[in-house]
Amino acid sequence: MNTRALRRIGLIAGVATTSALVLAGCGGTSGGEATTDPNEKVELTIATFNDFGYTDALLAEYTKLHPNVTIVHNKAATSNDARANYFQKLGKTGLADIEAIEIDWMPEVMKYADLLAPVPDDLKGRWLDWKEEGATDADGNLIGYGTDIGPEGVCYRSDLFAAAGLPTDRDEVAALLEGDWSTYFELGDKYTAATGKAFFDSAGGTYQGMVNQLKAAYEDPSTGEITATTNSDVEDIYNEVLDASATQSAHLGQWSDDWFAGLSNGAFATMLCPGWMLGVISGNAPDVTGWDIANVFPNGGGNWGGSYLTVPANGANVAAAQELADWLTSPETQIMAFENAGTFPSQNDALTSDTLLSSTNEYFNNAPVGQILTDRANAVTVSPFKGEFYFQINDAMQKALTRVEDGTQDKATSWAQWVSEVDAIK
Amino acid sequence: MNTSSTTPASRSSAANGAERRTRRIGFGGGLSSWDLKLSPYLYISPFFILFLIVGLFPIGYTAVISFMDWDLVRNSGTFIGFDQYATVISDPKFWVALRNTFSIFLLSSVPQLIAAIFIAAMLDQNIRAKTFWRMGVLLPYVMAPVAVALIFSNMFGDQYGIINTWLGAIGIEPIKWHSNAFASHIAIATMVNFRWTGYNTLILLAAMQAIPRDYYEAATVDGAGKVRQFFAITLPSLRPTLIFVIITSTIGGLQIFDEPRMYDQFGTGGANYQWLTITLWLYDIGWGQWNFGRAAALAWILFLIILAIGLINLLITRRLVRDEGSRSSLTRAQMRAARRDAKASVDADRAALRTNNPARTNETTEAVR
Repeated sequence: MNTRALRRIGLIAGVATTSALVLAGCGGTSGGEATTDPNEKVELTIATFNDFGYTDALLAEYTKLHPNVTIVHNKAATSNDARANYFQKLGKTGLADIEAIEIDWMPEVMKYADLLAPVPDDLKGRWLDWKEEGATDADGNLIGYGTDIGPEGVCYRSDLFAAAGLPTDRDEVAALLEGDWSTYFELGDKYTAATGKAFFDSAGGTYQGMVNQLKAAYEDPSTGEITATTNSDVEDIYNEVLDASATQSAHLGQWSDDWFAGLSNGAFATMLCPGWMLGVISGNAPDVTGWDIANVFPNGGGNWGGSYLTVPANGANVAAAQELADWLTSPETQIMAFENAGTFPSQNDALTSDTLLSSTNEYFNNAPVGQILTDRANAVTVSPFKGEFYFQINDAMQKALTRVEDGTQDKATSWAQWVSEVDAIK
Repeated sequence: MNTSSTTPASRSSAANGAERRTRRIGFGGGLSSWDLKLSPYLYISPFFILFLIVGLFPIGYTAVISFMDWDLVRNSGTFIGFDQYATVISDPKFWVALRNTFSIFLLSSVPQLIAAIFIAAMLDQNIRAKTFWRMGVLLPYVMAPVAVALIFSNMFGDQYGIINTWLGAIGIEPIKWHSNAFASHIAIATMVNFRWTGYNTLILLAAMQAIPRDYYEAATVDGAGKVRQFFAITLPSLRPTLIFVIITSTIGGLQIFDEPRMYDQFGTGGANYQWLTITLWLYDIGWGQWNFGRAAALAWILFLIILAIGLINLLITRRLVRDEGSRSSLTRAQMRAARRDAKASVDADRAALRTNNPARTNETTEAVR
């Protein structure tokens, strides 16, 4: 792909705007004074959501090394609560010294990159390339300390595969699916022909896996201009996934009540599966024994989700907070967090850790998920560009797919409505 | 103490202040006349000061923001005039949302009121364990709206929901609760009805119990049956209460949010905006797209819509209340004219008296009154 060329453009843009940054970023680097007294008492606050794996025991490791630091950890129940809180207080007062953000908020966070203290340059290279790229602003500053990622494999029901006369062993399934999306949909045809049942959960979920492999799906990375409706790649994906979904999809929108029911009742045989989805499946279909995961992803690699830690530039203890964020996202700490909560590490060195590679998942028939997801993470090459309007456009697209799936509209009408909705965005 | 002794003085001070002021008792007199004038306002001021801060100011500030392209994080914006209003009105989603809001409002309010009147009439009869039944109808109201919405949304699942399963069991095709707009409105209206019918029932029941029983006795003596009594006595007497119930459910209905928000996993009103309501869209513009200028504009449009409907309600109310309350055969205009004439003659008398004998003014006006 043209990743390299785009990166070069980004670099030039970065150099060109450095002078602007120097002017604008005066407040942004006020925490750079590294001469903080190591014995001064500091209370640091961290705000996370869901479960980052930062247990009290893990944080105690840090305070053991830094006796002058006390850590207060605030957990929001959902990332939506955290998001509302983050944007209400960013640039003002009231944020924690370290604030966790989800990759989904990145387009919005990027608009306010100057309000965050950048990650020190010497830490660059700690994370996977595409993980860093996703948190690098237009000026070339890395604004987030990567925590976890969601490399995607393919989850499948081995019992349903067996009933359809398909191989059930995860290596054989992986070999079968090796290739691009048409291979995946061909297998789907075979499955539906044999059983008359649906192959994957929804067009929306599958589309998301496909579109995340595009470098710039909806907007031009250099100008921010909306190119979605004229991007033939998007239209091709739209048509391909809907053609397949007519016969192969269970039409169960992800996260709907029906979809959760479908996880256990066998409504579909496969779904695209980031690491954190394993917990969702085992949690919602505890009695099913057939779920397994294959070390393969159509058309290369794919990532879905993941988080970062950010340090607001106007915090009271920026330097101390940066030091803690550095420690929290170090490969060793991230492995501890992985053991606590299964958050899959985004750090290069962590991906070679024995603890990670040897981890298995009992529910998925003892699949070596550590090894599988590490391979999947290494297969990811693209960090999709998400500009200011990414979510509005993508949300409209998901609705367009749903309209076709639930029979409200046909493919062409729904596409036309999407185009007019995107044209109205400003 | 002081206050009561100066009461007559202050009441008449308008007419002959100079003379009466000599009756002031002690040093506090001047203050207490101020006390008398101001304290009523002072006593009610906490509400209005609070309303000013948390009600009026935000309304005004919203109006300011609605004319701007507002950046929440940087707390700044650029003035762009009526652009946000124009964008909102020209967006087809606005009209869809308006349609949905009114459709859900009608589907919930009308059956709800009919059911509430019927249940209230039943509870008004001589039944056993009255308190039990009366508290029973209020039970759904105790449940949090979000909890109600979660349970009902699950029941209205398209493929594995319990309602479609039941329909399948009696041989009816499953209903597409999430793709058919009308079906989704019915589902959401069901949640609203479930929660609010009991509440309205109790209000109407209270009103029914205030109807003098003599009416019913007289009607029974005259040979009117239960049904006739209901339509000829109960319903007309309920009118003022019904107006209150209708106004509150209008305001609530136009601001419906929890139920459509929880109706699917995304909370954005469906793939084809089947159940997108005004407030749901407002929330999405504000907290989904962080476009507070446009959200403020939409909030003001919603405010004006509610105001317009409130005015219509008020006009209807006035007419009904006049029908209810007035005992004279005069029309309003005639009554107003009569009042005007009376006032003019009193003023003329007062002016004449003031020139002759200022001290007597008080008694004279009293007599005229």
